[in-house]
Amino acid sequence: MTFPSSDQLARLQNFGRSIGSTAYVYRPTQVEQLAELFELAARQGFTVGMRGAGRSYGDASLNAGNVVLDLRRMNRVLEWNPETGVIRVEPGVTIQQLWQTTLEDGWWPAVVPGTMFPTLGGCLAMNIHGKNNYMAGPIGEHVLEFTALLPTGEPITCSPQAKADLFHALISGMGLLGVFTSITLQLKHIYSGNVWVQAWATPSLRRMMADFEPIKAESDYLVGWVDGTAGGSALGRGQIHRTLYLSPGEDAVPTQTLKADYQILPDTFFGLVPKSSLYQLMRPFMNNWGVALVNTGKYWSSRLLSHHTKYLQSLVAFNFLLDYVPNWEKAYGSGGLIQYQAFIPKATAADAFADILRLTQKRGLPNYLGVLKRHRPDKFLLSHAVDGYSLAMDFRVTHGNRPRLQNMADELTEMVLQAGGRFYFAKDSLISAAAAARFLGEDTLSRFRQFKAQCDPQNLLQTELYRRLLASQP
Amino acid sequence: MPSALTPTPVALLIGASSGIGAALARKLAQDGYALALLARRVEALNELAEEIQRQHGAGRARVYAHDVTHYAEAPALFQTILRELGRIDVVIYNSGVMPRVALNEYNFDKDRQMVEVNVLGALAWLNQAAVLFERQGSGQIVGISSIAGERGRVGAPGYGLTKAALTTLLESLRNRLTRKGVQVLTVKPGFVDTEMLKNASRTFWVISPDQAATDIYQAMRARRQTIFTPARWGLVALVLRHIPSFIFRRLSF
Repeated sequence: MTFPSSDQLARLQNFGRSIGSTAYVYRPTQVEQLAELFELAARQGFTVGMRGAGRSYGDASLNAGNVVLDLRRMNRVLEWNPETGVIRVEPGVTIQQLWQTTLEDGWWPAVVPGTMFPTLGGCLAMNIHGKNNYMAGPIGEHVLEFTALLPTGEPITCSPQAKADLFHALISGMGLLGVFTSITLQLKHIYSGNVWVQAWATPSLRRMMADFEPIKAESDYLVGWVDGTAGGSALGRGQIHRTLYLSPGEDAVPTQTLKADYQILPDTFFGLVPKSSLYQLMRPFMNNWGVALVNTGKYWSSRLLSHHTKYLQSLVAFNFLLDYVPNWEKAYGSGGLIQYQAFIPKATAADAFADILRLTQKRGLPNYLGVLKRHRPDKFLLSHAVDGYSLAMDFRVTHGNRPRLQNMADELTEMVLQAGGRFYFAKDSLISAAAAARFLGEDTLSRFRQFKAQCDPQNLLQTELYRRLLASQP
Repeated sequence: MPSALTPTPVALLIGASSGIGAALARKLAQDGYALALLARRVEALNELAEEIQRQHGAGRARVYAHDVTHYAEAPALFQTILRELGRIDVVIYNSGVMPRVALNEYNFDKDRQMVEVNVLGALAWLNQAAVLFERQGSGQIVGISSIAGERGRVGAPGYGLTKAALTTLLESLRNRLTRKGVQVLTVKPGFVDTEMLKNASRTFWVISPDQAATDIYQAMRARRQTIFTPARWGLVALVLRHIPSFIFRRLSF
């Protein structure tokens, strides 16, 4: 049989459906197959990219014209201890599978992203964070141990204690140093399937940040929605959601709320519209005027109708807001969307984000969904975190606006770098190798290259993101 | 500047060293394509690639020496090109030969050479293109056929059969692939001022390769199915197709 076989050719896309390429996609189920595929690819002169659920917003899981390993079939839960909350899984297990396995025993992943569909292999490779990053750190801080297969065929087991340097490099290493084959996580003990959610409107981004600071130590999750279309004195207006776990005893019958059935999101909207078709109803509003209208409505309803309300919500409904509308990314139409997320230290964040929002409006390319989060630094090699804030912005991509969007992103990147900011590779598709070198620093880059040479001397593991940002000296 | 959001499209040109192929390469490079250039004559290809790189930047053209009658090499070479350029958006099959054939000549070697280059080479490459484009749900196939494939004429039995075959192949590919988002363009030139022209018995309405390339490029942009270049050959073909055999077999055309 020839390798790679043209039977395996498939078109792969980023999550936003705005970037794509064709590759030879293999879907192994066993570790032995991984080793075999590495060897075959190396012999034939092809590079190998890793892909989980394909939820990255950029080109992190694409490898044009080469081999891509889709690890979603390696999705077995290997061990689960409901006494200690320690779970060992294969890399293709998703966040959804994870909480569905553990919740009824009273355990919840300490860090989850805004969607439950990513795989844990992908989550570790990107070192994802959640709305509690300022408290809980990234997911890597809750990994007790992992085993990874290096492209040389050698398995390695790392933990914060053993091979700590490789532990901190492979987590955040984007699948460029090795592939996780077994991941051991410590989950968080919880006492209810519900959380307390408080919501209030904030008239500006500066005010939102000012509100965050004093309460962050006493909040389990904090997240701000930012209206990217409002200008002038309303620039950066939005709404804060502050969330707390329930204390023991607060939920009288936790066995009820901890059931997976209780957590399931309703499948109709207002009891009428099937959610599977909701994204189609959103389509007509996905333009500058439509989004401005919807955002204005959202802001004023949060200010007038639900200002300082406090309510109980299920963990799943609160955490996986993005999954509320299935296929919401399709609402952006055939051109798709991209996200631009900048992480800026707290001293410069307020001014920089205001400038950024103003520029996007001036260029006629306002963001359609803006999310503000609080972060703290971590020890992982290719870290995106800062002691400060991130603003994630979704932009609609159309056939005609790509060059304008890229040009604007170049301007934004310069502003972010000037403010001492950083970028997150799970989201990025827009920065250059020079920009990546500036925020990572020469020290980090050379350490990454040392690890690359050590773990992958043949340079077998590659992605489009790797070639764009890290492969060559800028 | 190309980026992940604004990538450079890639065209693969088989038979790019001269004539319509070279002219199309220049046209596509000008419009922002990166090119994979294939032909037997590497020196001519290198010259063309250097010219394109000089004008549009390094990395905008790559050269692959290939004889289209070495069919077995096509799949691996196609993979190499896809790997090295990262994508293929357009595949143009332009290779073709037309040896001089006298009116009373029946020469199997000449006929076989035409079938090998004009038909079997096209099958080898367009099959590769079809698999890729079907899988990726997009792409454009362009085949340079000829007005000569419209009827069996006294002057060119072998050549006519290869071009009729190519036209039919392209039509089948179109019917298979349109529903998968792939566009197939059949080009039927009349007389074009290329090396092949010296073997034509009688010529008129001769156009330059540049003019042909301009027509083809416009048709690609407009996602046309079949074009004649120059367009007036379309009228000729219409008449030609409707001449009844009892007249046609008495003509020396």
